[in-house]
Amino acid sequence: MRITLNGQATDLDVDPAKPLLWILRDDLGLVGTKYGCGQALCGACTVLVDGQPVRACQTAIADIVGRSVVTIEGVSGKVAEVVQMTWTKLDVPQCGYCQSGQVVATIALLNANRKPTENDINDALSGNICRCNTYHRIRAAVHEAAKLLEA
Amino acid sequence: MNYFGLAPLARHLQTTRRSFLIGATAIGSSLVVGFSAEADVAPAAAKPVANPFVGYVQIAPDDTVTIFSSQMDMGQGIYHGIATLVQEELDADWVKVSVIGGFGNTALYGNVPFGGKIQMTGGSSGTASSWERYRRAGATARAMLIAAAAERWNVPIGEIKAQNGTVSHASGKSTTYGALAASAASGPVPADVVLKEPSEWKYIGNEALPRYDSAPKSSGRQQYTIDLREPDMLTAVMIHPPLFGATLKSFDASKARAMKGIVDVVSTPRGVAVVGTGMWEVMQAREAVTVEWEDDKAEKRSSREIAAEYRAAADKGGEAVAANVGDVDAAFAKAAKVIEASYEFPYLAHAPLEPINAAVRMNADGTLEVWGGHQMPDAYQAVAAKVAGIAPDKVILRVMKTGGGFGRRASVDSDIIVEAVATAKAMGWTAPVKVQWTREDDMRAGRYRPAFAHKMKAALDDSGNLVALRDTLVGQSIAKDSFMEKSLVKNGVDVLSVEGMANQPYAIPNLRVDLTTTTSPVSVLWWRSVGSTHTAYALETFIDEIAYAVGKDPVEFRLAMLKDKPRHAAVLRLAAGKAGWSTPTPAGRFRGVAVAESFHSYVAQVAEISVDGSGRPKVHRVVCAVDCGVAVNPDQVRAQMEGGIGFGLGAILKSQITLDKGRIVEGNFDGYDVLRIDEMPSVEVHIVKTSAPPTGVGEPGVPPIGPAVANAMFKATGRRIRILPFANSENS
Repeated sequence: MRITLNGQATDLDVDPAKPLLWILRDDLGLVGTKYGCGQALCGACTVLVDGQPVRACQTAIADIVGRSVVTIEGVSGKVAEVVQMTWTKLDVPQCGYCQSGQVVATIALLNANRKPTENDINDALSGNICRCNTYHRIRAAVHEAAKLLEA
Repeated sequence: MNYFGLAPLARHLQTTRRSFLIGATAIGSSLVVGFSAEADVAPAAAKPVANPFVGYVQIAPDDTVTIFSSQMDMGQGIYHGIATLVQEELDADWVKVSVIGGFGNTALYGNVPFGGKIQMTGGSSGTASSWERYRRAGATARAMLIAAAAERWNVPIGEIKAQNGTVSHASGKSTTYGALAASAASGPVPADVVLKEPSEWKYIGNEALPRYDSAPKSSGRQQYTIDLREPDMLTAVMIHPPLFGATLKSFDASKARAMKGIVDVVSTPRGVAVVGTGMWEVMQAREAVTVEWEDDKAEKRSSREIAAEYRAAADKGGEAVAANVGDVDAAFAKAAKVIEASYEFPYLAHAPLEPINAAVRMNADGTLEVWGGHQMPDAYQAVAAKVAGIAPDKVILRVMKTGGGFGRRASVDSDIIVEAVATAKAMGWTAPVKVQWTREDDMRAGRYRPAFAHKMKAALDDSGNLVALRDTLVGQSIAKDSFMEKSLVKNGVDVLSVEGMANQPYAIPNLRVDLTTTTSPVSVLWWRSVGSTHTAYALETFIDEIAYAVGKDPVEFRLAMLKDKPRHAAVLRLAAGKAGWSTPTPAGRFRGVAVAESFHSYVAQVAEISVDGSGRPKVHRVVCAVDCGVAVNPDQVRAQMEGGIGFGLGAILKSQITLDKGRIVEGNFDGYDVLRIDEMPSVEVHIVKTSAPPTGVGEPGVPPIGPAVANAMFKATGRRIRILPFANSENS
């Protein structure tokens, strides 16, 4: 089974039912994508599949053969740079564990929508739990990133 | 009366010198581990000054500065705080400063507010514990660097400058801290360094100082225990008993052992461990193991039965007295008006986003490395040694940053440490092993915020003055049957059960607080702000209820009873003022207020809400005022208030752990609902400017938010919510 992973063609000889999350973490050593719930309830494992945010814990590898996967280790481009910069500038993370998922989901949002409203942000990020409850700063960072991208 | 979290533990440890027991009580055994905390702390006058280069600060030849923290960082930012304190006095090159966890030396790392005899993170004491210690370490190290330069250059000490990682002399001579560190470290240790005056601070209180670990945490580069990939390291999941108090009878793992990637299935004192090459493999194999449990002594009640028993116990009055001031019975006999209210609080899970884990490796030289979120390093070192059958000094703790904690990683029975070490040992130390709980394991393995009931009663006189207050609390003790029982349970009262109520701040002439401590195999633990999670809700909603009953403004009513509590009054005034309390609310919006002290920090919050068609609150804005002494990192004080507000808000609105015939119903974030971004209010934090020594902020943001929102709900709907969470079906 072949996927494109962070721009590289990657062949995988694994159980077709194996979730992408555990292939990334255990087989390929890409541990920036986190396990939080295993049931697509928390968003810690969010990655991009063909540019769309997807929960890697509930994505069997057989279902994404031939597609392009981007993880937190592979995000790149203007939007990704600006998002990570604003996250750092506003000191968004506390424990940081959910932030890979928050950052990836925000990149997907801003790629699709350069001027998200409060409701757009809620729709895009309400699947991403932060137990430190950094939501207040996440919201501010999304707006700040959108402003910088506009400039 | 001074009930305050772990202060009694501190007093106890200060006045006695003894070994105390960590109860690593385990399934099917009574493994009790002797844990010696005898590292003596000599009286201050006679105490030799510790060489800061041994155990506090390491400066490498490349000028990188590594600080060894006594406190673990679960996200609260204490590594950043400790780095700030060292840096203020050391004046290194800030971008080269990093922090790792120290361990194994109680004299260096013992928690100061707890008496110095145990290394532990908790009770929002990290900054208070570090305030003198780490500034002194930084100042002493700097003095030793200067002395080393003076000797090398043969110039007077007074002519040398040391700043930004560079030591220089007017003659033009200059070198770096890294180049001098080796000779500085072996020089004499000055006993009397002078710390900077507040007017000289450049880092403490600096709004612009960026948190040093934000970049790795925004790019997936921060490593946690779950991310460990040591060579040949195996992964294990546990099979815990399905009922609390059940023990292992037997198991059949023949099918599991034959599955791909499975290396072994072993028995540990806390359940069965399924060990293999990866998480997916062991999770699947776990389903193929059949286990028989002995459940005669297990908890088999359901939440409704437990709540009914608690209500009945509360009606009877408490078995032990926590506070008794004046003559409560006489005051009620004479009362012009009596108000009563009963409250019920559920069990709560901490649910840190990184589920509980630890990893171990037995090395060829006989040392045992243990990775994890070591919130009680001395205890974990002792327990790991005992389970492994080696000397404690052979245990090397690798203190990892963790994906949250909220109290869960200071487990009084060292649960995950026992599991990880016992698993690797049962496998004959043939491979390093990481034990990783799934979300369901984390949710169902216990150590919950204990469920509580309160029955409150107030007596008012003819003029509407509150003349007597009575509260009966019913719930499990956290300290009982643990190594802290002797310190924290006095006359049958666990101070962690009644903190926030027995020491309630209002000037009420007659006060009685009593407690019935219940028992259950369901295990309990401190949960961010501990007793104040329920006492602040009961007290602050009840006080609000009384204020409305006598037709007084809730802020004015409180202030009138806080004349002797200037710090409570100041934060209450500040929050009310900034929230525009005395101005009309926008249409459809309603305000509620609450104030609480916890862990020596004072926090008041005003919540502004609206209520939707189905009666659910939406919290739009929270104005928070905090007095935590000197704010070492003001932006992190703000961050902890913001986070504490969201954490507390999610819990009072939505979260509960419930039992159905003993089984925990909630297994994941579908059943155990927590706050999400669409429910997070806008938060505005105002920090009181003060020169008082710093206290903590990790927990004190939590207690006021629940009652502030509940009081706004009353304003909006005329209803008092007394069964938590708000989403509990009994409220609909």
